[in-house]
Amino acid sequence: MSKTTEQVRKSLARRYRAERRFRAYGIISIAIGLAALAILFTDIIGKGHSAFFEHYVKLDITFNEQTLDIENAGDPEQLNYGNYDGIVREALKARFPGVTERLQVRELSALMSIGAGYELRDLLRENPEWLGTTQTLWLLADDDVDLFLKAGEKGREDSRMSVEQKAWITELEAAGDTERRFNASFFSSGDSREPELAGIWSAVVGSFFTMLVTLCLSFPIGVAAAIYLEEFAPRNRFTDFIEVNINNLAAVPSIIFGLLGLAIFINLFGVPRSVPVLGGLVLTLMTLPTIIITSRASIKTVPPSIREAAMGLGASRMQVVLHHVLPLALPGMLTGAIIGMAQALGETAPLLLIGMVAFIVDIPTGPLDASTVLPVQIYLWADSPEQSFVAMTSAAIMVLLAFLIAMNTLAVVLRKRLERRW
Amino acid sequence: MQTGNLLLLLIVMVALAYYLGHQRSLALARPLGGIRHLHSLPFYYAMRAALWCALPALLILGGWLAFDDTIIRQTVMQGLPEALRPDSDGARGLLLSQIQNVASGALSPESVDPAIAAAAERLNNLRTTSAMALTVVVIAVGLVGAAWGWVKIAPQLRARQQVESILRVIFMLCATVAILTTVGILMSVLFESIRFFQKVSPAEFLFGLQWSPQTALRADQVASSGAFGAIPLFVGTLLISTIALLVAVPIGLMSAIYLAEYAPPKVRSVAKPMLEILAGVPTVVYGFFAALTVAPFIRGVGESIGLDVASESALAAGLVMGVMIIPFVSSLSDDVITAVPQVMRDGSLGLGATRSETIRKVVFPAALPGIMGGILLAASRAIGETMIVVMAAGLAANLTANPLDAVTTVTVQIVTLLTGDQEFDSAKTLAAFALGLMLFLTTLCLNILALHIVKKYREQYE
Repeated sequence: MSKTTEQVRKSLARRYRAERRFRAYGIISIAIGLAALAILFTDIIGKGHSAFFEHYVKLDITFNEQTLDIENAGDPEQLNYGNYDGIVREALKARFPGVTERLQVRELSALMSIGAGYELRDLLRENPEWLGTTQTLWLLADDDVDLFLKAGEKGREDSRMSVEQKAWITELEAAGDTERRFNASFFSSGDSREPELAGIWSAVVGSFFTMLVTLCLSFPIGVAAAIYLEEFAPRNRFTDFIEVNINNLAAVPSIIFGLLGLAIFINLFGVPRSVPVLGGLVLTLMTLPTIIITSRASIKTVPPSIREAAMGLGASRMQVVLHHVLPLALPGMLTGAIIGMAQALGETAPLLLIGMVAFIVDIPTGPLDASTVLPVQIYLWADSPEQSFVAMTSAAIMVLLAFLIAMNTLAVVLRKRLERRW
Repeated sequence: MQTGNLLLLLIVMVALAYYLGHQRSLALARPLGGIRHLHSLPFYYAMRAALWCALPALLILGGWLAFDDTIIRQTVMQGLPEALRPDSDGARGLLLSQIQNVASGALSPESVDPAIAAAAERLNNLRTTSAMALTVVVIAVGLVGAAWGWVKIAPQLRARQQVESILRVIFMLCATVAILTTVGILMSVLFESIRFFQKVSPAEFLFGLQWSPQTALRADQVASSGAFGAIPLFVGTLLISTIALLVAVPIGLMSAIYLAEYAPPKVRSVAKPMLEILAGVPTVVYGFFAALTVAPFIRGVGESIGLDVASESALAAGLVMGVMIIPFVSSLSDDVITAVPQVMRDGSLGLGATRSETIRKVVFPAALPGIMGGILLAASRAIGETMIVVMAAGLAANLTANPLDAVTTVTVQIVTLLTGDQEFDSAKTLAAFALGLMLFLTTLCLNILALHIVKKYREQYE
């Protein structure tokens, strides 16, 4: 055996160990990446799932004319200004007869949400004959009560409510007068300062209008640009310059587009702040590079033989493109557009700068109404001090992620379905 | 008429022009013996008429909407009596918003100067007139265009060529939107930055160590000028980005190597898209995760081993940002590693090297330029990332390299300076644009360098 072979033999064990180590590093890296993903999702779901439910409290409400200060339940003016919080307070006092001291009464009425009063008003409007009667009703509890009821042993001790309040709730719970229900208002109402009343619907509608504007602008422009660059553009400096610009814009930080929107669209062109049209314009500029790049890739996959065949039959360049290349490339372009839209849907930073951070209670009715979008709503709620908003934020994130997953799945399915192998 | 309704009307007109153009070309073809005696297909004659109807009207509509507000405002300001004319830009903005509030009915006309009430009325009148004029002009131009397109239809008309060349020009204009966007970005940050640098010297901005943009309301308050030394922001940005890259580069690179060289196809087809989900999660979600889960966790761990950790530590933001850019590094590296020709691997393996030795000594050096390009792109991403740092990093501009302290970044400051109440001309808001300029230039350089490296590398093996 030669000396070299012997040396190699000796080093083999060490080298194989190094090989195994190297391989392990790779596996560990992937494991870390996937673990981060898993932690992120479990954390969000763990924090957010409780926001899909809220608690109601059963109370015997007396629609007392004096307390309400309503004589005629048919008069809308009187109905609007009725003292509904008063009858809720009376009902609570009747439920816990020992409570008389002012401070305690205030704590007692804090158990119910402000929304309970609005609900009673709506109920009375529908049933004017209830005036003067007593009804057993389920009313929305305050968010602190809700948190307390959802919490475990330890969470209940940490609750910021007073000892008396905790005792009252425990009594209500033991009597079976509290109920956990699906939080429908989370999906149907706008933002609110009260966590139990706040919902994502206004943000979802705002996102919808913003995405609509973005899609209507960026898809046609992106496809047209891609067609020009792939099929018509002469090879010259100007074309090169366009390409450099597109590639660079794809990597410009999104917040820069917010500065652009602020300086050009708002200050120069006078587009109103906070409206979906403005958000859509900014997001269009942001997603355009993505759409152009994927559309070009899609056009490139159409084989030249198709073009040659069409040209051979006498089609003009434009006819070749519009009648043959474009229909064949369209599935790929659609996939790119969906991915670009998903990116735009999750985008927050540029929208902060163009004023889409407003506190929006009303549901926007069109792309020119002041509105906010889902990611910005998440940002706003994440900043809110109330404990309940943590769960609300996580729940809103779950909704946003559900939309994104749906869009990306759609893109994948479309690609699988419509992709053609040449 | 409202713009939306006007657009709808225009669409109806265009459809009508198309239909009539189609009919006319057919009618012209019939005596000649069918459409084969026309120069172009009827579609092109109809399309030509429709384009003649739509394009001029749309151009006028767009231009009008873009500039009418500015012009109206200027006219109103010029109509004000001499005594009321504002002397500074700030006063001008205030006066204008007052007039607008009166005009919209938010302020009652009795509560303000009669001249302002008159101006508000003028503003309303001008707006109504402008909207009416716009409606009339757009409809008239659309009708004239459609009529022109319709009348001109003749068997010898080269309609196809004309329509195609118009389409081609439209396509080209769409492609130039990319250039316009870049120009727009440059203009918006450059002009405001120049105004900022007239108030604060560039040297102070670039090399100053003190950042406190809170300018005082009255001149006699302490520190009324504010301090605009951006070094603490640059250091903070760099610190957080470095942490992010320290997380993302090793993990991303090793994942890419494993996926490209070792993983069986089944594992690869599952693990790769899973990792890429990380890139698809919105940054606001990462921000929430960093602020509410990671930061308290790090703080707890730090406290349990006796370290003083800020609740908005740079480490938390950096770690989460690192997780976010793992897929950028891994998918870009994956591309370049798989692009290394198989013969190079075969040669090395044939000489008796183990797979890891082949990767380290042959594949990795060959792929290095491409990997560097990917890392530069990831760095540019980290520097420009906003939401994670806005939510998880602090606002205090500390000049420190300690990852456990709170630092602030360029993007955080842009957001805080430009959200909420503001007057547009203060040094405070202008500073945001100067920061934006720095950010744009930095990322631009990184991107161009990275794209150049990647492109050059691709050519090497093609």
